[in-house]
Amino acid sequence: MDPRRVPRTVIDPKVRHVGFITAPDRSNSGPPDPIPSSPRASDFSPSGNSLSPVMIPPPRHLSTDLSRHFPHPPPPHSPLRGPRAVEYSIPAGSYNPSEFLSPSATTEFSEDPLSPRSGRKGSSGKFASSLPAGGFEMALAKQNNGEVHKEKKVAGEKPLKEKTTKAERRAMQEAQRAAKAAAKGEGGNAGVNSTNTVKSVKAVPQRKDNSPLAAPSEKKGGQPDKDKKKDAPHPRMQFDDENRVEKAKKRSVVKQTESRNRVELFRHLPQYEHGTRLPDLESKFFQLNSVHPAVYKVGMQYLAGNISGGNNRCMAMLQAFQESIKDYSTPPEKALIRDLTAKINSYVSFLIECRPLSMSMGNAIRLLKTRIAKLPLSLSEAEAKASLVSDIDRFISEKIMLADKVIVKQAVTKIRDGDVLLTYASSSAVEMILLHAHELGKQFRVVIVDSRPKLEGQKLLRRLVQKGISCTYTHINAVSYVMHEVTRVFLGASSILSNGTVYSRVGSACVAMVANQFRVPVLICCEAYKFHERVQLDSICSNELGDPDAISNVPGRKDINYLDGWSNSENLRPLNLMYDATPSDYVSVIITDYGMIPPTSVPVIVREYGREYLWV
Amino acid sequence: MDFQVVVLAGGFSKTLVPLVSKEVPKVLLPVANRPVLSYVLELLEQNDLRKLVKVVEGESAALLISSWISSTFVDRLQVEVTAVPEDVGTAGALRAIDHRLTAKDILVLSGDLVSEIPPGAVAAAHRRHDAAVTAMLCSVPVSGPSESGSSGAKDKTKKAGRYNIVGLDPTKQFLLHIAAGAEMDKDIRVQKSILRAAGQMEIRADLMDAHMYAFKRSVLQEVLNQKENFQSLRRDVLPYLVRTQLRSELFLNGAQSDENGSGMDAVQNSKVLLSQLLANASTPSFHEMYALDSAESAPISRKTHKCCVYIANKSKYCARLNSIQAFSDINRDIVGDASHISGYNFSNHNNIIHPSAVLGSKTTVGPHCMVGEGSQMGDKCSVKKSVIGRHCRIGSNVKIVNSVVMNHVSIGDGCSIQGSIICSNVQLQERAVLKDCQVGASFVVTAGSEYKGESLAKKEKQ
Repeated sequence: MDPRRVPRTVIDPKVRHVGFITAPDRSNSGPPDPIPSSPRASDFSPSGNSLSPVMIPPPRHLSTDLSRHFPHPPPPHSPLRGPRAVEYSIPAGSYNPSEFLSPSATTEFSEDPLSPRSGRKGSSGKFASSLPAGGFEMALAKQNNGEVHKEKKVAGEKPLKEKTTKAERRAMQEAQRAAKAAAKGEGGNAGVNSTNTVKSVKAVPQRKDNSPLAAPSEKKGGQPDKDKKKDAPHPRMQFDDENRVEKAKKRSVVKQTESRNRVELFRHLPQYEHGTRLPDLESKFFQLNSVHPAVYKVGMQYLAGNISGGNNRCMAMLQAFQESIKDYSTPPEKALIRDLTAKINSYVSFLIECRPLSMSMGNAIRLLKTRIAKLPLSLSEAEAKASLVSDIDRFISEKIMLADKVIVKQAVTKIRDGDVLLTYASSSAVEMILLHAHELGKQFRVVIVDSRPKLEGQKLLRRLVQKGISCTYTHINAVSYVMHEVTRVFLGASSILSNGTVYSRVGSACVAMVANQFRVPVLICCEAYKFHERVQLDSICSNELGDPDAISNVPGRKDINYLDGWSNSENLRPLNLMYDATPSDYVSVIITDYGMIPPTSVPVIVREYGREYLWV
Repeated sequence: MDFQVVVLAGGFSKTLVPLVSKEVPKVLLPVANRPVLSYVLELLEQNDLRKLVKVVEGESAALLISSWISSTFVDRLQVEVTAVPEDVGTAGALRAIDHRLTAKDILVLSGDLVSEIPPGAVAAAHRRHDAAVTAMLCSVPVSGPSESGSSGAKDKTKKAGRYNIVGLDPTKQFLLHIAAGAEMDKDIRVQKSILRAAGQMEIRADLMDAHMYAFKRSVLQEVLNQKENFQSLRRDVLPYLVRTQLRSELFLNGAQSDENGSGMDAVQNSKVLLSQLLANASTPSFHEMYALDSAESAPISRKTHKCCVYIANKSKYCARLNSIQAFSDINRDIVGDASHISGYNFSNHNNIIHPSAVLGSKTTVGPHCMVGEGSQMGDKCSVKKSVIGRHCRIGSNVKIVNSVVMNHVSIGDGCSIQGSIICSNVQLQERAVLKDCQVGASFVVTAGSEYKGESLAKKEKQ
């Protein structure tokens, strides 16, 4: 059984840890089943689902396989995946068989989906018993609570620990280097050494530049500086680390009061009292001279929720940067490259304070910064600005507009007459696909699934109905009923991670899971600039928390007020998540500007084309 | 932030006779012994708005004001004072300084505003919605419980009760209708198209136009140039913009210049697509919905512009000194409830008595009072909820309640003053009794006379 199990664990994307998957896992306590091996084999046969080359390429399988041959003693994982991932990888390994469930379902219709599940249980039984169950259940199950806390604590401390070790390591290295140099100095450099000590005043500037002799002491002085730099708000700052939160608060422009009743599992994410931030930012309008008006406007629009949607937020940000670059002039005695980078950095941190950046925006910012850094020094200021402005334009037109066109062209081929297409919430790419298909005269029907509190689907619905497309509108509660008649599911994505996980509007994972259960292919439409090399196993470690009041209030229904005034109750912890992670198992195909690819090919694009942005 | 600030300082307001005079224009009326203008200027200074354009009606007033500003704010603010002819109205005043306006947006404030609402908030709301005009509305100050309970005060509140009828959209961000007080008693006409587009309208009468506007410069200039007969911002320009928000005739130039400004050299087609994308994503206000709907039926999409509104928080103080009642109300509030705006440090007894002021024996100065520099009071006086200016000479046995006494006033023994306003250099002889009166500058009230609810001024003034 063991040899069989091992490879299986490899194939499965490591996302299993998410709550909704573990649920079936737990309920299944059947004996180990030998069947599971067969679906694996079939995995590689192209007889898979249909839609397109959804194949899991063997090479990746092999390599991971090798590395995974010892998944049982957990320690070997750590060198491979870095310390942070460890806690997640362990349960993932143990649960893996369960994950297998979905690939088998998509590729093999005949296969009983239950059998792999039960098989998994047997294989992972030893681990599972000792491990806390999936994320959400953990929070509920009291006896597991302790474990969760522990895990969380570890997660919180990890980055810190890592940091100190790095610092220590550096210090050690410096010390060694210094010792070596000192030893050398004994012979030849002794003179310098003595002068250094004598004319210490003069020597100070020198020391910094070249003399390694003074390094140890110097470094210690420099250390705090470096630490400070590291403290700069990192997109993934852990908000359960009180020290850092304090520091970040001091720096921040927007006054942020953190709301008190936060869900324990999501402590590491920033959550602020909504409502107080916008007026506060507004009242500071004239004091924030460091922020360009265009950037300020975009920030306010983020904060107020006037702009949403990955592409639009990204475009709005880029256009604001464009404006600010146009108005930029290098201060005397400063280099454009450095000063502008610092400016952009300050804008970015301002935007982060308004709303956490999406990964696509991170990619765009990275592009812009590399473009600035790579500007040839010979360019005059006007030329440099012009080139940056045109770079931004090109990014918008190529990576977003053109990419959307390509996606539409490809996706339309997947729509046939008589199809019933389901989409969730509102995705700009999906909307364009539907409209284009309609223009081509295809006969199809659209089911728009929506959810509170944003009800984004209604806007999409309005626009589609206006164009004369026949639609069905329902809420996510009914998705399991409506899925019977659906033939394709089109979803947008905020980001796609390199393990194939689709990071998207909360609820997408649910829709994808139901679709998967009903054997309905799930097509994700996502521009390649949203791909990210990060690997995420669940939607817990990185997410965004929305306004908790939004879910307790029902606009227009004054009679539903059961939760009024409860926000300060000790025992109530409202949770309004913005995103979730859809495991790659549920995804049949990803439609990008580079073609239709299986989720397993995401890393290839990230690796091969990711660099391209930097050279555009 | 690309904003320009224009403070409209007015001239001699007719509603404030007899308080204002040739020597004292409206904005220099003292509120808690400081000209009311200083409150606006300090508010702006706090918000880092140090470059101002100031428009004053009438040359002499302009001279007075500019000399006062240069003496007080000499190194703190950069103020350009411009005089415009009298009776051109607020719109006319802006028309006169048209060529000075260069920034993208213009913030227009009235010089008689006493408020603690940061102008940034208005400006930010304006920017966020990319509005044509943003007006600040504040809740109508409840005129404080007039202790005198006099009928005169009541009459005045009724007279001053020119409510604005304000129509808001359900999100309370856009202005759908505004009617200035004068048109109050006619029936309200609401445009069907606006109502239909917005779906719902909230009509409120408890809001007051605080006369702090943010305008898009291109819009403002266009309106002012096209509509020569517009006199007032509040009564003409703002209602006009609100009325036409769904069939905007303006901004043709504005929109073009904006496009040139963003200077996208990308293909026209993609630009349209892009703007449409952006529009789809952002939560559409009813303006966009309307424009979108119309785009379906009509080939030319209708142009719209947004009229936003910033509703000040009720807890923030905001009042305009535009009537005699308001004058005494503001004076009372500044030394009373809204004392944090005054910038003075209050004593333990909740009042301010300048150290150089001399009080006689058994004289009491109650809370919410202020006694200015160098004033002298005799024995057995009592001062309640009143402001007394500089260098006043007050005899003994004088009662001052709920009143404002300006500078250099001499009050004889045994006078009683209630709910009145006494301007500078007034002389009150012994045992004069004033109740709810306004006494113009340099007036002499003869001994033993009694007045109730009258306004006294020197005849030769006119």
